[in-house]
Amino acid sequence: MSGNDPAQTYRQEAADLLDQLEQALLDLEHTPGDADLINTAFRALHTIKGSGAMFGFDAVAAFTHHVETAFDRVRKGEVAASEPLIAVALAAKDQIRRLIERPDDVDGAEGAAILDRLAAALAAPANTPPSATTTWRLRFRLPRDAMAMGTNPLLLLDELRSLGACTVTADTSAIPPLEMLDPTACYVGWEVVLVTDQTRSAIEQVFLFVLDEMQLDIQQLSDRAPEAKPAAPPAHADAAAARTGSSIRVPAERLDDLMDQVGELVIAQSRLKQIAASSRDIQVKAIAEEIERLALELRDTTMGARLVPIGQLFGRFRRLVHDLSHELGKDIDLVLSGEDTELDKTLIERLADPLIHLIRNAVDHGIEPPAQREIAGKQGRGRIALAARHLGHEVLISIGDDGGGLDRALIRQRAEEQGLLASGTYLGDGELFQLIMQPGFSTAHEVTAVSGRGVGMDVVRRAIDSLRGNIDIASQPGQGTEITLRLPLTLAIIDGLLVRVGQGRYVIPLSAIEECVELSAEDDTRSRGHTFLNIRGSLVPFIRLREVFATGSEPDPFQKVVIVSAGEQRVGLVVDQVIGDHQTVIKSLSKLHADLGAFSGATILGDGTVALILEVAHLVEHGQQHVDTRQAAE
Amino acid sequence: MTVMAHANDQALVVLVLELQNESFAIETRHVHEILDPVPITTVPGADHAVDGLINVRGRVVPLADLRLIFGMPAQEEGRDARIVVIEVPIDGDPTTIGIRADKVNEVTELAAASLEHTPRIGLRWDPEYITCIGKRNGAFIAVLDMGRIFSRLVNGAQPAAAA
Repeated sequence: MSGNDPAQTYRQEAADLLDQLEQALLDLEHTPGDADLINTAFRALHTIKGSGAMFGFDAVAAFTHHVETAFDRVRKGEVAASEPLIAVALAAKDQIRRLIERPDDVDGAEGAAILDRLAAALAAPANTPPSATTTWRLRFRLPRDAMAMGTNPLLLLDELRSLGACTVTADTSAIPPLEMLDPTACYVGWEVVLVTDQTRSAIEQVFLFVLDEMQLDIQQLSDRAPEAKPAAPPAHADAAAARTGSSIRVPAERLDDLMDQVGELVIAQSRLKQIAASSRDIQVKAIAEEIERLALELRDTTMGARLVPIGQLFGRFRRLVHDLSHELGKDIDLVLSGEDTELDKTLIERLADPLIHLIRNAVDHGIEPPAQREIAGKQGRGRIALAARHLGHEVLISIGDDGGGLDRALIRQRAEEQGLLASGTYLGDGELFQLIMQPGFSTAHEVTAVSGRGVGMDVVRRAIDSLRGNIDIASQPGQGTEITLRLPLTLAIIDGLLVRVGQGRYVIPLSAIEECVELSAEDDTRSRGHTFLNIRGSLVPFIRLREVFATGSEPDPFQKVVIVSAGEQRVGLVVDQVIGDHQTVIKSLSKLHADLGAFSGATILGDGTVALILEVAHLVEHGQQHVDTRQAAE
Repeated sequence: MTVMAHANDQALVVLVLELQNESFAIETRHVHEILDPVPITTVPGADHAVDGLINVRGRVVPLADLRLIFGMPAQEEGRDARIVVIEVPIDGDPTTIGIRADKVNEVTELAAASLEHTPRIGLRWDPEYITCIGKRNGAFIAVLDMGRIFSRLVNGAQPAAAA
């Protein structure tokens, strides 16, 4: 495994740090001068440089050094975090990434150009007002292993001296007798009286890289300067300390293996449960219950360990929108919400491409050029809102823009041209907009580099389908478009309802079920095809699964209807028997059965037989289609 | 003799199974295991030749009936019936499939000298489905091309009936 290869570890760490750096830079664009953000950027650069030199990434270290120096000056307030500086820092960040990932193909001239621009951005005058001096007393003690970890206390003292006049006293009280002394350990503490015109946070900056582990006490002895900063240590240091103390890196494959094994365990457990149910041995029953409880807890813990906040993914899009809007001459704000919504990591990985596609669409086709927006009486600056939230057993991810909205007439015209729609057919908005996800459908008049190549929404739909999700599209002319992805929380294990149709047993995902009702004799005796149930005043079409599956057996005397929903639409599924809830470990179907829309997968039941999992969205669509054809016929 | 046959890359180690009293061979490199009959779940709407699913050690595996693919009549399971679990590439992806057999006879070696290319005519089965013809106990035996059989099924080709 590659986990022990230091170069590989460095690449991974650097990738994380570069992400942090990018986020900090993009945030700085909005809140220039935020000390925490500047520190985050500086820390990231410093670590990339330091570790880079240690692991032999000399080019990375050399290049990063210049950027770090620039941010050191920003940190000290000598230079403002201006827009040109941030733009060049973003370019520098990309260069660092290239230097780390593909050192052989990196163009040195490009790096030099970036550094020239960096120097130009730094030349802008700083405007820090001089402040009056304050006297501070600092007491600090480094962790024992500080020197082994590469911290040089003398450099810290030198840096303090650079802030103003210092009187340094060593506290030697903690030094042990000679025979017990570890020559590499740091036993000495220091007391420093410092007269400076700098703020408390500037003093804390000196200890930036050791702050989390050290003891530091800063007291103000004279207060001739206004001091706005609270006495508490900065929050980011606490957060950083909490993070380093409580998480470890685990290769993704191990989590996948763990999930597979939990799946096997759940299947074995349901077999045990079945055997225990028919046993008279009270002890067997007790153990079976205990194992069921443990298996469910283990399942939840394992699924929890795989959850990652979607903010990781959203973060990448800020850069995308930033770059695209510059490229297209549009001014666009990306507003994120629900970044802490957690999703299965596999889901997040597989959402990246479809979301990129949707965001590109929103930037390119959704938001109008500024001039056109002004004619429409809107703000010149467009807005794209990316939001995530949990709703029941689903995750909703929406991409909304305040652009021109979808052009109904154009979609209809295109669909008719391509033979997707018979001329004059009535379609509601929802169904009309679904047409843009047909293969080959595109309404973009011209092909741009960004999107509009005719492949687009169908690719998105296929990706979302493969995640067992759905896509809703809402759009108001002149006001914008909102595309909502509805996705299941997990791809591995779901709660299901086990039902029987004829001889076959099927699983219906519990998240899609609204209720179960009995099929009354009068509903039953009506036409044998598709018909309606009256559910508290609203008509719900129902499908006899016995007919869809051609079971060829006689129906049970008391049939049940399971009401399921997908999006706005509901449909009743008539089954012979509702057996009960079932922990469903999802197994995908082979290529031989992949094109059967009615089933999203299969699972293994307690008795070892296989049951199919119903694809509710497909059945709802199927049910609604028959409703439509009936209505058309009438 | 045996050593010679192994050395020759044309020699084939095959599993001989029976469908409707007719013997066929499958290369053992495809074969994972042989199971006694297990409960079968029918997949509504699937091609009849592959409309079953079985549980093979916790995996959901499609079950195929070669008799239907070859246009033989469907038949009740006899007491010698077995399921041969094979792995074949379908469009490049290795896929595990169960195959119904009326009887599984033996694993044997078809020596290079007895292997012949599939004649285009005079064959009861679609030559597309057959890798080569071998000779066993003085009779001819067809070595089935499992990969092609299932790739054609996935890609929507009509299962060819017996000529």
